[in-house]
Amino acid sequence: MKKKVLATLLTAAMLATTLVGCGGGDAGSAPAADGGAAEAPAADAGSDDGAADDGASEEAPADDAAAAEEEIPTATFGDPNGTHMEMWTFVEIHGQHYGNMVEKWNEQNPDRTIEITCTTYPYADMHTKLLTSLNAGTGAPDICDVEIGQFPNVVAGLDTWLVPQNDTAAPYLDTMVQARMDVYSGSDGNYYGIPYHVGATVMYYNVAAMAEAMGISNDDVIAKIDAVVTWDDYAALGNEYLTALGNPEDKHWTSVDTAGCDWQWIAMAEYGEDWTGGMGGTANVQLESVKKMCTMEQEWVNSGLAMVSPDGHVDLEAGFQNILDHNIVSFPKAMWYMSRFTNYMPEEKGNWYIAKCPVFEAGQKCSVGIGGTGTVVTQQAGDAALASEFLCWAKMSEEGEQLIWDNLGFDVCNTVLWNDDAFAHDDNNQYNQFFINYPYDVLYSIKDDIGTVYTTTISPTINEQMCNVTLNDILENGVSVDEALQAAQDVVDLEQ
Amino acid sequence: MNKFKKFFYSQKAAPYVFVLPFIISFLMFWIYPLCSTITMSFQDIKPTGTEWVGISNFQKLLKDTVFHTAIKNSFQYMILTLVLLIPFPMFFAVLMDSRLVKAKGFWKACLYVPALTSVVISGTLFRLMFSEYPTGQMNVITTALGLGTFKWLKMKATGLGALLLVACWRWTGVNMLYFISGLKAIDTAMYEAADIDGATAWQKFRYVTIPLLKPTTVYVLTISVYAGLAMFMESYMLWAGPDSPNNIGLTIVGYLYKRGITKNQLGYGSAVGIVLLVIALAINIVQLVVNGTLGKEED
Repeated sequence: MKKKVLATLLTAAMLATTLVGCGGGDAGSAPAADGGAAEAPAADAGSDDGAADDGASEEAPADDAAAAEEEIPTATFGDPNGTHMEMWTFVEIHGQHYGNMVEKWNEQNPDRTIEITCTTYPYADMHTKLLTSLNAGTGAPDICDVEIGQFPNVVAGLDTWLVPQNDTAAPYLDTMVQARMDVYSGSDGNYYGIPYHVGATVMYYNVAAMAEAMGISNDDVIAKIDAVVTWDDYAALGNEYLTALGNPEDKHWTSVDTAGCDWQWIAMAEYGEDWTGGMGGTANVQLESVKKMCTMEQEWVNSGLAMVSPDGHVDLEAGFQNILDHNIVSFPKAMWYMSRFTNYMPEEKGNWYIAKCPVFEAGQKCSVGIGGTGTVVTQQAGDAALASEFLCWAKMSEEGEQLIWDNLGFDVCNTVLWNDDAFAHDDNNQYNQFFINYPYDVLYSIKDDIGTVYTTTISPTINEQMCNVTLNDILENGVSVDEALQAAQDVVDLEQ
Repeated sequence: MNKFKKFFYSQKAAPYVFVLPFIISFLMFWIYPLCSTITMSFQDIKPTGTEWVGISNFQKLLKDTVFHTAIKNSFQYMILTLVLLIPFPMFFAVLMDSRLVKAKGFWKACLYVPALTSVVISGTLFRLMFSEYPTGQMNVITTALGLGTFKWLKMKATGLGALLLVACWRWTGVNMLYFISGLKAIDTAMYEAADIDGATAWQKFRYVTIPLLKPTTVYVLTISVYAGLAMFMESYMLWAGPDSPNNIGLTIVGYLYKRGITKNQLGYGSAVGIVLLVIALAINIVQLVVNGTLGKEED
């Protein structure tokens, strides 16, 4: 009798576990870390807010969801008889950039031609694969894009994993923003990653919506925006706008983030502070600048001046919708956010104005480099010297920078180009067409006011705690700023 | 050839040959990872080299408040899934086994189909349903009922509710199937005897069905304890990654993934895995002893 029951059960169990296996269920992933690795590829569809992983430091998260639904895009460029290289990225247009550059390289270097295969993986998937293959010592690509929030995990391998690029980068260094080279250097002082952009933070204003609400012309609105210096001025202008609108409940001046630290980064740059303590420093999140910013944000949310960004920050589908619905009409974000307008909000063309960020006290720095992707050459590369030379040329030469601006819409690291008329004021450039003013004019005007917050080994821990717990506590749950930051410091202290 | 044949027909050797594939896969994919996880949990594994750190990974776990949150979440989830996923499937199974329901095959299939869908897809759909935006399915429903909108996946209660909904939607059919197979094995003579004695439907259920279903219930309980504690994919998909506001969706395995895989701290991640293994084993051994399943001779 009992045996019969047992036999039936076992059969049922076998059947069920087989099916569970097909469905990628949760049975059996516990005993070893291996289980987790096996689960990783299934994570594709979920990475549309990979940005939440590292808060501010994401470059193209919204593309991931789309990438996950299609097949993994692979494209091969260049000379089939040349040296073959594998390249991984998490943004498809980054791969196309190398494709364009490799054609140019082959024209200029017929004796050292290259063929490059670029594969685009979803954000989290690519970084997991890269770490696994570097750990294993086999299977890694020659060249790979690494997002800045993930960079500390990869650069931990120093020259056992990556190729130092000091020599190949040297010819370009005098015109590059030094801080952007430093953020992709290892603890041994070598440059391991080559940057695309500065990621300078600026303020985006919806001039058209403001003019309509306030009943004045666009030029008058722009004059008012240009007059904003401090955060108090900024809040006053916001109140003016909301009053003109009749203080409706669902309209706000801006949105503050619970899953991104951009606002805190701006505050730190303004006061010249850095919660990581810099390379080799001790992390401290209880900084005066961070407290001031959090307190200000909390007051704004309470007064209705600001709302909490839907899903946590503006660089997500819900964020784009919020902007399109004119629920908010201004927000600070890095310059790479321009491509989100052209890709996801094309109907907003001609409405938006870019200006520098307000400061706490006049005379402070007003911007900070946020986000970014450092491209590395791995030690597993077939011809590391050639890969490194090509990479530095593709990302730091003037030809490379021109394509980066035209196609990717980034604020390039070569400062000489910032006030080059042909480069910055090219009316064929889609970003110059999209915005009311020339983005590079704003960038040039703040060129000495761009601060640096480092991304070090402790950064992932700080970002995670801030984006998961602290900012939610402060902005959603009404916890006091001091209390929330103390709790965050306790978690950070455990890791250092 | 003859030797070969002899070998296979040998009563001594053949059983070992037949279980060999299982033994090999068990050793390779179970025992070896288990042993190396135990070793790794005492190490700090860095790209530039591995060092032995004694029990410091475990000491750190004791102080790690995020890990404590993960344990608490996994326990809450596990207990609530037990409360929901044993009585209800049992009830449905009894219904399916009775004469009260028509088109049984259809209903069984309906309840079982969710188990066949990928969690990746269903999790994504549930995430969209529970979106905090006014156009999210759940907010459309609550707005229609005049309750306003909610930030479903930002609050502990609603977040846990969403996880439980996914779990129930997915596992009710599977557990029901277990109970149906248990019910089929109960001799109808028992019920006939009860009828003769004038038992009511409730008495038959209480004094015949439940005791005789006990082996099935114990089995479902055992796998549910483990599945509840090891839950990962549901929360990973619902929050699109291992991170959630105030860590409301963080589970033990989610934390293991975060540490071991995304942060590349394999040593610390292994320690998390060992703690999970110890907890799950302890609960199940206690539970099996209390239920009298262990150490009992088959009759």
